[in-house]
Amino acid sequence: MGKDFTTALRPAIVLTILFAILLGLVYPLAMTGIGQAIFPHQASGSLVRDASGRAIGSAIVGQAFTTDGYFQTRPSAAGDGYDGLASSGSNLGPASQVLANRVSADLVRQRAAGISGPVPADLVTASGSGLDPDISPAAARAQVARVARTRGLPAEQVRALVEHSIDQPLLGILGEPRVNVLALNMQLDRFGGPR
Amino acid sequence: MTFQGWSLILAFVAILLALAKPVGLWLFALYEGRRTPLHLVLGPVERGFYRLAGIDPAEEQGWRRYAVHMLLFNAVLMLFTYAVLRLQGALPGNPQGLPAVGEHLSFNTAISFTTNTNWQSYGGESTMANLSQMLGLTIHNFLSAATGIALAFALFRGFARREAGSVGNYWTDMTRITLYLLLPLCVVLTVFYIGSGVPQTLAGAVDLQTLEGADQSILLGPVASQEAIKMLGTNGGGFFNANSAHPFENPTALTNLVQMLSIFAIGVGLTWCFGKAVGNTRQGWAILAAMLVLFLGGVTVAYWAEAAGNPVLHQLGVAGGNMEGKEVRFGIAASALFSVVTTAASCGAVNAMHDSFTALGGMIPLFNMQLGEVVIGGVGAGIYGFLLFAILAVFVAGLMVGRTPEYVGKKIEAREVKLAVLAIAVLPLMILGLTALSSVLEQGLAGPLNRGPHGFSEILYAFTSAVANNGSAFAGLTANTPYYNGLLGVAMWLGRFFVIVPMLAIAGSLAAKKLAPESAGSFPTTGGLWVGLLVGIILILGGLTFLPGLALGPIADHLAMIRGTLS
Repeated sequence: MGKDFTTALRPAIVLTILFAILLGLVYPLAMTGIGQAIFPHQASGSLVRDASGRAIGSAIVGQAFTTDGYFQTRPSAAGDGYDGLASSGSNLGPASQVLANRVSADLVRQRAAGISGPVPADLVTASGSGLDPDISPAAARAQVARVARTRGLPAEQVRALVEHSIDQPLLGILGEPRVNVLALNMQLDRFGGPR
Repeated sequence: MTFQGWSLILAFVAILLALAKPVGLWLFALYEGRRTPLHLVLGPVERGFYRLAGIDPAEEQGWRRYAVHMLLFNAVLMLFTYAVLRLQGALPGNPQGLPAVGEHLSFNTAISFTTNTNWQSYGGESTMANLSQMLGLTIHNFLSAATGIALAFALFRGFARREAGSVGNYWTDMTRITLYLLLPLCVVLTVFYIGSGVPQTLAGAVDLQTLEGADQSILLGPVASQEAIKMLGTNGGGFFNANSAHPFENPTALTNLVQMLSIFAIGVGLTWCFGKAVGNTRQGWAILAAMLVLFLGGVTVAYWAEAAGNPVLHQLGVAGGNMEGKEVRFGIAASALFSVVTTAASCGAVNAMHDSFTALGGMIPLFNMQLGEVVIGGVGAGIYGFLLFAILAVFVAGLMVGRTPEYVGKKIEAREVKLAVLAIAVLPLMILGLTALSSVLEQGLAGPLNRGPHGFSEILYAFTSAVANNGSAFAGLTANTPYYNGLLGVAMWLGRFFVIVPMLAIAGSLAAKKLAPESAGSFPTTGGLWVGLLVGIILILGGLTFLPGLALGPIADHLAMIRGTLS
């Protein structure tokens, strides 16, 4: 046993150093070089820019939309909401009083904005990351009337935009039908009207 | 539940079955120490490593030496990461200017990544600098996985060798698996992830103004290179707090499928490799069949429970399944499937928050871990854990029919059965003991976010995850305290190595035995009867032990949920 121990010392220490260099430095740095060369846009966060070139968000990371003239994203537990430095879900359990209170309060808000009938679940539940970029088509359709009213646009025009913005599952089974809220709202801004 | 959801699940299983043999063949080449095409490029690296480290690749090690060398290497690696984390404030590669990681958190994290657990008491964004993620954590994702596979190889050799005094060479097993399997696959996967939107940069956060004009900072980093090995090595430690629910870790439904397949790919290949190693691939398929029976059972319950949704919210006027803690791009089916995959294996990555699953939906991940993560399981750890159950199963079968038990040509005797029981008993002893302790101590009770039975579930889940080396969490638990960091750290270390050492002793003991040729009296270990026996033994031994705990946690929680008794 003692001999086993002493014979192990040199390989243990040397291989720790060698593997640290190979796997902890060479591998990630080489991948950074390759990634930045082949996919510079994605490797740097898929940033979306406005006409003046200023970054206004990431195409794949959600951001908060609170005004009535925009389609709104889901409730978020990331920091104070959509904090890109503090991703998190609510972690509230199914029989949590806190969860029931939060959902009730959001439902009151949605009802006041004119949504009737059963409310799509994603509209009043917090996502896993707190940075969900998407909402379900049902959640987008439910907001059409409010957005059209606030912007003074025909509801049909806004509804058509929503239908056009739905991403369908890949090969019919991969993923859920969904609407990227930032992309939808950028389209919406082209129609103009107060936010 | 939808047709589309079940299509995804069945397509996933079909791809897995197709992967078993090709991955298994590659693993078998490494098991035998054969040359692969990759030796042309990486052979010099391998030989250089041996020369510098003073390793004789032809040396054969007995089980004790194999164990001591493996343990010492892991101890040095653990200390290395502890040092990297404690020195974070002084090291480069820290664009956010984060301070050193605290003492008890560094202790916990260094053990966590060394043991392939990747339990995270911290949120990555606010704690870990880019260099710490790369140098401190990513290396463990490779080496703890390679160690797991090496240990499985040692046990395979125990079954395959006749009257031998050795079970292989830890250094060559571990190095070859890293260089010729994990690293090349990760290079390919990393490029795929980057192309799909996972960042790979040394920059820190980008500050921007949103469309509405609010400020938002979004953290970037070398995410993709870590993501690839995080899944492939069944590690599960996320770059970000939200893990694979974060759009930068798992941006699309396709990356989600690839991540789930990555978790299982090597584990599935190892079942085939085992069959090949003992000279009968049907032995491997029988193991995989038993695993898939348990897997599909878990998926069915979890998917059903999540699709049925939360009656408390239905009462309030919310439609549909349970979306709290889930991402829209994955939806219910892919989230439930991921939760079962990640806990059937010892991965622990999550693409939805298990804490917010319905009571029964969240019980499945918990139960999977309590079975010992032998349903495909962690890379290496899954198959050697499963073979411990197989030893007990032939022993029980032998008792029932009154014969000396044999398994794949080896007589199973008192020594092996005692060691297998010792290894398996670590799980319930530590999980239940530490959960009980934490349910009465003030420091333990300070942890849970949720009240009532769900709070108890959070504690039970934490210790289950730590001892089983999973790493997923009911993340409402505040675990970044000296109490939890300390106890969970010890639980992870013992949960890993107190299984491994008896397992290696079994490998040594089996390797020394003569071949016990199959006869008409041998209990067949390939057919449906054997698969049924295995499933039964795993459920009875692994599952029943934890039933009282589950009754106090998820089952009580379920009753509260359907009655609308909120807490």
